[in-house]
Amino acid sequence: MSSATTNAIRVHKRPKVGLLFIAPFAVLFLFVLVIPICYSAYISLFQNKLIGGNAFVGLDNYIKLFNDPQFYDGAIRVVVFTAIQVPIMLLSAIALALAIDSLRLHGTKFFRVVVFLPYAIPAIVSTLMWGFMLGIRYGLIGSLNEAAGTSFDPFAPETTMISIGVMATWGFTGYNMLIFYAALRAVPRELYEAAAIDGANEFHIVRYIKLPALRGSLVVTIIFSIIGTFQLFNEPNILATLVSNSGITSYYTPNLYAYNLAFTGSQQGYAAALAIVMALFTIAIAYVVQIKGMKNVLNK
Amino acid sequence: MSSTSSALARGKKLYTLSNPRKSTTLTLLTGLFALYCLLPMVWLVINATKSQQDFVSSFGLAFGDHFALWDNVVQVFTFQEGIFARWLLNTVLYVVVGALVSTLLAALGGYALAKHDFIGKRVFLLVVLGSISVPGIALAIPQFLLFAQLGITNTPWAILIPSFINPFGLYLMWVFTAQAVPDGLIEAARIDGAGEFRIFRQIAFPLLAPATVTVLLFSFVSIWNNYFLPLIMLKDPAWYPLTIGINQWNKLGSTAGNGELIQNLVITASLLTIIPLVIAFLSLQRYWQSGLALGAIKD
Repeated sequence: MSSATTNAIRVHKRPKVGLLFIAPFAVLFLFVLVIPICYSAYISLFQNKLIGGNAFVGLDNYIKLFNDPQFYDGAIRVVVFTAIQVPIMLLSAIALALAIDSLRLHGTKFFRVVVFLPYAIPAIVSTLMWGFMLGIRYGLIGSLNEAAGTSFDPFAPETTMISIGVMATWGFTGYNMLIFYAALRAVPRELYEAAAIDGANEFHIVRYIKLPALRGSLVVTIIFSIIGTFQLFNEPNILATLVSNSGITSYYTPNLYAYNLAFTGSQQGYAAALAIVMALFTIAIAYVVQIKGMKNVLNK
Repeated sequence: MSSTSSALARGKKLYTLSNPRKSTTLTLLTGLFALYCLLPMVWLVINATKSQQDFVSSFGLAFGDHFALWDNVVQVFTFQEGIFARWLLNTVLYVVVGALVSTLLAALGGYALAKHDFIGKRVFLLVVLGSISVPGIALAIPQFLLFAQLGITNTPWAILIPSFINPFGLYLMWVFTAQAVPDGLIEAARIDGAGEFRIFRQIAFPLLAPATVTVLLFSFVSIWNNYFLPLIMLKDPAWYPLTIGINQWNKLGSTAGNGELIQNLVITASLLTIIPLVIAFLSLQRYWQSGLALGAIKD
């Protein structure tokens, strides 16, 4: 940031030209992001009443939201999901990145490609594949149940979130792995050589050189993973029609709840309030992670 | 774990940097994860070759009695008067226009951030980077309401306009321009009397080619896979992209009892949808990695 700024100043002071280059992006950004966010905040202060139409209600929507058990149900579900799925996914990603970076695998390149491949698959396709595969009607689990005489159902109300976790981990571990892998590749190889000469074994090198090198990427991946899981929508939305009796309600996740409120319940003001609260919550958590991550780096 | 301890037991004389001894244990463990990654895709390919009847009756990872892949593909393209081809063309439209425009805007903006100074630069950067953490839903609802006021919901514009903005792409372009375009070159061109836009077009932009491909690729995948935005914006099936169309078919098949079951079409359509992505991904791997590396290391 600072180096880019000083470069620019050194090169030339031509503020008007810079503005011209940035203008197309900035104008659209205003239209697509800034105005909608402001508009969202505005409509969250209104309620669609049966009598009198759209009426200004102040902070009523927010008060209602904080007393809404359906909101808490979904919010708690995604927080618990995040607390379990994100560590599993990131630890797997780190383990895979270390394994691939170690050059000890037969077919390093193959593994790098295969583990990342799921990231390119759309959520709709991955949910359909996993939904069919894990389903008991046509899927592999159905066949297994038949063979073993069991009646395990991955989409029973108690197990649906686990199945969604299997899908999310499948889709995003490779993406995170590549970020960690890139950070490992940036470590100068001479460092390992020097450590080996000093008598460090491979475990020491992982513990004292490679893992600390991942710290910055870990902050980034945690933040992006939290943003992603808090927005959980596609999988439950698609599964709701794909499998029956899965326990997926209209308020299963906050995003699903906001969607249903806005587009089937036409309570846009309330949905906007919900979306804003979730956005602030997400930003707050991302901020805390960032501060914590920075402190760790500073204390090193 | 076991591989680390066995490496310890073997002692450090085996530890060479460029070509360490391959570990079978580690390969097997990683292989398990690779299996997890590949299994759904193997399942998809196998089941795209089955007729609806075979799909219902045969084991998931076995082939059916008939090899029906070609029949399925023909059916996908003829079902509902060939609407799948329309969805495919819509998706191509959204992806090509969206990716090209968003990459161009990101390149222009990134160049301005790296090589020019302008009023409000710091605030602009802060807002744009902050916007990455705003959840999609917080945007989608007001976007829908605004677009409805303008009368552009249910048209391609409702999908295209939001896809033109790619904050992550802008960030990549900014970081890359700062590294790859020497200030001296710009200065020399200025002394030779070249205009600012000509400098960008003929000097800076060619140097940005690797980053451009990376940003194009990320846009391509994210627009091709977009589900939430078109779900909200589009009511008319004639404008659906593939993702929404497939889900529509899936709903037809799942409406228990009264709908005709067309899972074979849903599965074959899914396979056809991911083929371009897999090809783009496999042939342009280098660019994925450089993009993620830039994103990861800068922080």
